[in-house]
Amino acid sequence: MDTALRRLEFWSGVRDESPILLGVVPFGMIFGALAVTSGLSTAAAQAMSSIVFAGSAQFIAAQLLGADASGIVILMVVFVVNLRHALYSASVAPHVEDLRPGWKLMLAYLLTDEAYAVTITHYDSRGEARARHWYFLGAGLTLWTSWQLSTAVGIFIGAQVPRSWPLGFVLPITFIALVVPGLKDGAGVAAAVIAGVLGLAAAGLPYKTGIIVAALVGILVGMLVEGRKQ
Amino acid sequence: MSLWLTMVLAGLLTFAIRASFIVLLGRFAVPDWFRRALRFVPAAVLSAIIVPGLFDRAGAMDFSVRNPQIWAGILAIAVAWRTKNVLLTIAAGMVALLALQLIMG
Repeated sequence: MDTALRRLEFWSGVRDESPILLGVVPFGMIFGALAVTSGLSTAAAQAMSSIVFAGSAQFIAAQLLGADASGIVILMVVFVVNLRHALYSASVAPHVEDLRPGWKLMLAYLLTDEAYAVTITHYDSRGEARARHWYFLGAGLTLWTSWQLSTAVGIFIGAQVPRSWPLGFVLPITFIALVVPGLKDGAGVAAAVIAGVLGLAAAGLPYKTGIIVAALVGILVGMLVEGRKQ
Repeated sequence: MSLWLTMVLAGLLTFAIRASFIVLLGRFAVPDWFRRALRFVPAAVLSAIIVPGLFDRAGAMDFSVRNPQIWAGILAIAVAWRTKNVLLTIAAGMVALLALQLIMG
């Protein structure tokens, strides 16, 4: 495989991940600021962003650590909050099946919501498919780097983002931009609509469990609709 | 459990979840229904994140028609459907939100 193709894929991943950073960077800054206020040392706050590297779970873990919750409780919460990543893992698995173990582990480490959303859209598109793990790497490293830097800014300067800037809205909007064009048939639309409605209905469930329940039912509905047509 | 040990275990746990199927697939025979289900994962999981996100304003759910995020979200869905252009969709959604915030206050 030629270097030019790898380089093209890598930088395409970097480019496509970039818009989402508008929403991720303020989130990282708020995490850094909040982690220090909850009583974590600057070293621990910064280290958590690379050791755990999962936005929502980090927020909850930092608050629980600050409240002197027991380690077991924190681990159980982190497990539940991050369980949706198992779905991402299953979803990208067939695409990375033939990679070397080192590659698989590195990409697994980088498998966040934001990297997944961008990467799976690329995997599901047509065209040259030999070097798409480089795209995954580019998208994943872009998110990783900005997460580390924004955490540091939050720790040392604080989160100076005015509340009236609705930057958190960038995330759902970017996911819309990635998901909607991929809805090619009734089964896909059914899966998305059911999961979306259930996700809203179950939004009150603790620790993001509503996302998993909604997604699983959505997947099931998609399969049923697809099965009926055959 | 010390803070650092908790953090390292939390990191290993997160990594294990993310690596789970990536590592296991290929070592076991995967049933056909499972492979068929995977096609729906992006649409289902991301929609379950998107829809609550449209109603969520700074941590509180706002179901009123005066929530500009809902209208900006609907516009973004329409733009994404028609154009299939990621940047255009993000731009349309954000500009619509900022404009509606100004108008609706």
